[in-house]
Amino acid sequence: MSGLPTSEDRLRSLMLASLAGDSAAYRKLLADLSERLGRYYRRRLREALSAQVDDLVQEALLAIHARRMTYDPNRAFTAWAFAIARYKLVDLLRRSRAQAHVAIDDVADFLADVDVSTESAADLATMLDTLPERTRVLIRQVKIEGQSVAEAAASAGMSEAAVKVAVHRGLKALFNRFGRKR
Amino acid sequence: MTAELIERLAQDLKPVPSNALLKVLGIALAFGLVTSTIAMMLWLGPRPDLFKAFGTPIFWIKFVYTLALGCCGAWAASRVARPGENGRLPLAIVCLVVLSVAIAAGISYVTAPPQERHAIVMGSSALVCPHYVIALSMPLLIAAIVFMRRMAPTNPTLAGLSVGLMAGALGAWVYSFHCTEAGLPFLTLWYSLGIAAVVLVGTVAGRLFFRW
Repeated sequence: MSGLPTSEDRLRSLMLASLAGDSAAYRKLLADLSERLGRYYRRRLREALSAQVDDLVQEALLAIHARRMTYDPNRAFTAWAFAIARYKLVDLLRRSRAQAHVAIDDVADFLADVDVSTESAADLATMLDTLPERTRVLIRQVKIEGQSVAEAAASAGMSEAAVKVAVHRGLKALFNRFGRKR
Repeated sequence: MTAELIERLAQDLKPVPSNALLKVLGIALAFGLVTSTIAMMLWLGPRPDLFKAFGTPIFWIKFVYTLALGCCGAWAASRVARPGENGRLPLAIVCLVVLSVAIAAGISYVTAPPQERHAIVMGSSALVCPHYVIALSMPLLIAAIVFMRRMAPTNPTLAGLSVGLMAGALGAWVYSFHCTEAGLPFLTLWYSLGIAAVVLVGTVAGRLFFRW
């Protein structure tokens, strides 16, 4: 949460007023925090989870509210607020990992792993050859050459969603065919 | 959406005294200690020679050892209940206390005449002592878990360990009013074993229940 340390004094005095029951100060504090939380979460949640930024901001605000008695006035307020923000982020990441179906990034990691090993180039080509031509080209572009989904979609004349689905299905097929042998 | 939430939370705002966390911890401790003491009185009873025991150093060693560990546990719990804090200092003191009592116990063992050694280690209640300590700790542990679930520990394992230490050591403290054992090695071994078991239970409970 960069930018927070400089505002420590202002936020801390808002927090102390809030703890004393000043709801105007509290409104100001929460509005300020919700902006910082949004910035913090947007920067750290990847594509798949970016839709959850607002939910996470609200969850963090609720936690700050419900557990405000854990703030020790002798300590930095921003450190306290940041620890809650971070805990909620870690919690979301853990939950999303637990419920992930074959996550596409994991499969990409699997491919990358093959890529570093010495006999890998040939292996990778062999593996990709088992896929239909169009899927093969898309995977090459998006996952190996590092093009964006939008670029690949434009050059293939497909919608972005269709590209994502094709890449995902292709990687899953590869994983099913080769992943288990390793 | 977020603006609505902020409005709702602002309307819900009630003043919180700056020592609110310690008050809640105090209530949990008082409830646990009273329940545990009543259980000890009704179930086991205080040792018959309690007043005479006040004049013996070993009574006070047991008293201070368990109470010191219990206070360190409560201190650590009051720290790790806050997000981002680790309670390193109280837990370091715990290690020092245990270590120094263990050294004293070792000295008392090797300096004792060989025919007395078995008695100062095993006493007459070695196999039941840890069980009583665990049983008397349970009201304290439950109260401490209820306390911690209202707080914001960001390290559930450490939070569980701290409440386990607090509950186990204070349960042992309550038990020390019943126990007639007089050996320092007995204290080090069997009391510590009972406390350690409660620490283990607390740690597991922390990992299971301290998510928020």
